Amino acid sequence: MTRVFSPLILITAVLNGLMTGAVYALVALGLTLIYGVLHIINFAHGALLSAALFAAFLAWQKLGLDPYLAAFLLAPVFFALGYGLQRFIIGPASHGDDRNMLLVTLGLAVLIENALLYEFHADTRTVDLAYGFKSIDVGFTFLAVSRLISFIAVFAVALVLWLIMSRTDIGKAIRAVASEKLGAELAGIDVAHIYAMTFGLGTACVAIAACLLIPNYYASPSAGNAFVLIAFTIVVLGGMGSVPGALIGGLIVGVVESLGGFFFGESLGQVGIFLIFIAVLLVRPRGLFGAGA
Amino acid sequence: MKGFAAIAVAVAALACVPLFVHSNVVLNFMVVALMIALAGQGWNILGGYGGQYSFGHAAFFGTGAYMTATLQVRYGVNAWLAFAAGIAAGALVGAVIGGLAFRAGLRSSYFALVTLAFAEVLRILAGVAPITGAGVGILIKLDLRPQSFQFQSRAVFYFVILALVALSLVITRLLERSRFGAWLIAVRENEDAAMALGVDAFAVKLGAMVVSAAITAAAGCFYAQYFLFVDAGIGYGPWISIEALLTPIIGGAGTVFGALLGALVVKSLGEGAKLLTGDAPGLDLMIYGAVLVLGIRFAPRGLVGAVTDAYNYFRSAMQKPAAEAAHG
Repeated sequence: MTRVFSPLILITAVLNGLMTGAVYALVALGLTLIYGVLHIINFAHGALLSAALFAAFLAWQKLGLDPYLAAFLLAPVFFALGYGLQRFIIGPASHGDDRNMLLVTLGLAVLIENALLYEFHADTRTVDLAYGFKSIDVGFTFLAVSRLISFIAVFAVALVLWLIMSRTDIGKAIRAVASEKLGAELAGIDVAHIYAMTFGLGTACVAIAACLLIPNYYASPSAGNAFVLIAFTIVVLGGMGSVPGALIGGLIVGVVESLGGFFFGESLGQVGIFLIFIAVLLVRPRGLFGAGA
Repeated sequence: MKGFAAIAVAVAALACVPLFVHSNVVLNFMVVALMIALAGQGWNILGGYGGQYSFGHAAFFGTGAYMTATLQVRYGVNAWLAFAAGIAAGALVGAVIGGLAFRAGLRSSYFALVTLAFAEVLRILAGVAPITGAGVGILIKLDLRPQSFQFQSRAVFYFVILALVALSLVITRLLERSRFGAWLIAVRENEDAAMALGVDAFAVKLGAMVVSAAITAAAGCFYAQYFLFVDAGIGYGPWISIEALLTPIIGGAGTVFGALLGALVVKSLGEGAKLLTGDAPGLDLMIYGAVLVLGIRFAPRGLVGAVTDAYNYFRSAMQKPAAEAAHG
């Protein structure tokens, strides 16, 4: 039996993939930003995403805050959390050795994830919103409202981030530290502060991603890991430290996943992503857009 | 023979434990602690001496455990042979992952990522493949005879794991004294400089990876034989990757006794917390995470390093007044 796919269904799958991919891209953006400046992979990224999902859930449950509004509260809170983690824990604990920094972020990941498990147990929690399952008619297909909002929001966040990086003094300092740490330090830039600012920005990305995800996703102690695995793949694919790479890589992975699910079913999804990930690492660790490993 | 005497003393002291302790709970704790020490000693060879931080040693632990269990249950292979085959399989997986990763020139963050990814792929595959018992796992049949590598008494298991740990300590000490060990440390300290001096960094790292994987696989084989059960979450789960790196880091990475010391301390902390607060989910791992962060913060060279520093500090503090008195 030959299966015939109408092009409209395919286009729908691609659009859905693009919308999912945008949130992946946001998680990856935080990861790549941190890598670009600190030159380490933040293994606590997934645990922080889980924590942010719980924070968004609690904001909705306890304060009655809509997740999209909660983003404006949680982004600064998580910025401060990320700043504090890097400034007072990861930075001092690393003693200037990248390998120690890796281990500390891993330790934090284990600590945060299991603290969430201890506090909330393994059950999943969901928010219940009036618009959670609403969709709009775009002529040939229907698109979920919440996912459309997240798609637009991600590009708004990317734009803000780009403005911060290109138009502000702090952005200039971050770029200076990323390209030449010692030189930046000699020019009077407080590297520890810039590291922490970068970590804060990356963590704020995670908080916004959580607020965009929670309307049709769930909070659980390990919920963030699935996204971070994908984010690792995107960051490696797009080139570590490359912001456009993370955005384009995120969209590509979203579309590939959506089309893969469409053609092959979703059961093999995770192994597929891992295998792509390993293959890219082994064959082209610089990624598609990266300058050097 | 410096160093080997210390190993003999430590092992002899540990061997006395079953003579004084008859509580099965305590013996069980010691068996598990020594098993983790063995897994950690594997990580220590590659991570501590070679500076290659693997976040996925579960790949070797699980391969050892699954190979031991599968060969016995599905193919009726003798347990002792299956144990040896499990170690060999772990070494092979180490050779494959190491060969691919080091050939691609992956270092630091990238190496940590790729090892983590391999362990996760194996975990997912083991959770669905029929040969590994898929989601149910594999149960080894109870058969309490020495030829089946099963013993009535926990004390015998204790001596088995102690012998394996002793062997791993001797291997580590031999490595430390060998030319290969010197190359490995040179690669850790500065890979480019070591290569400039003619060290074949790829071969050295690969060799360390194989030895490291074999030792951690032995811990996995022992797990299967002791608990007679393995599933994907136990064999290839992140918990063992974390414990394997946590113990040498806490005890002292790149030292002979680091993993053993770290395992005893870390496991005691975990058990102590369980006693105090009841067996809450996530509590022991939560403590391990905190211990890892605090350990790196306040004792970056582990307990062995901290003790050495304290000893040197007190010795110089003791000598200073004496020297001043002599000069004055």
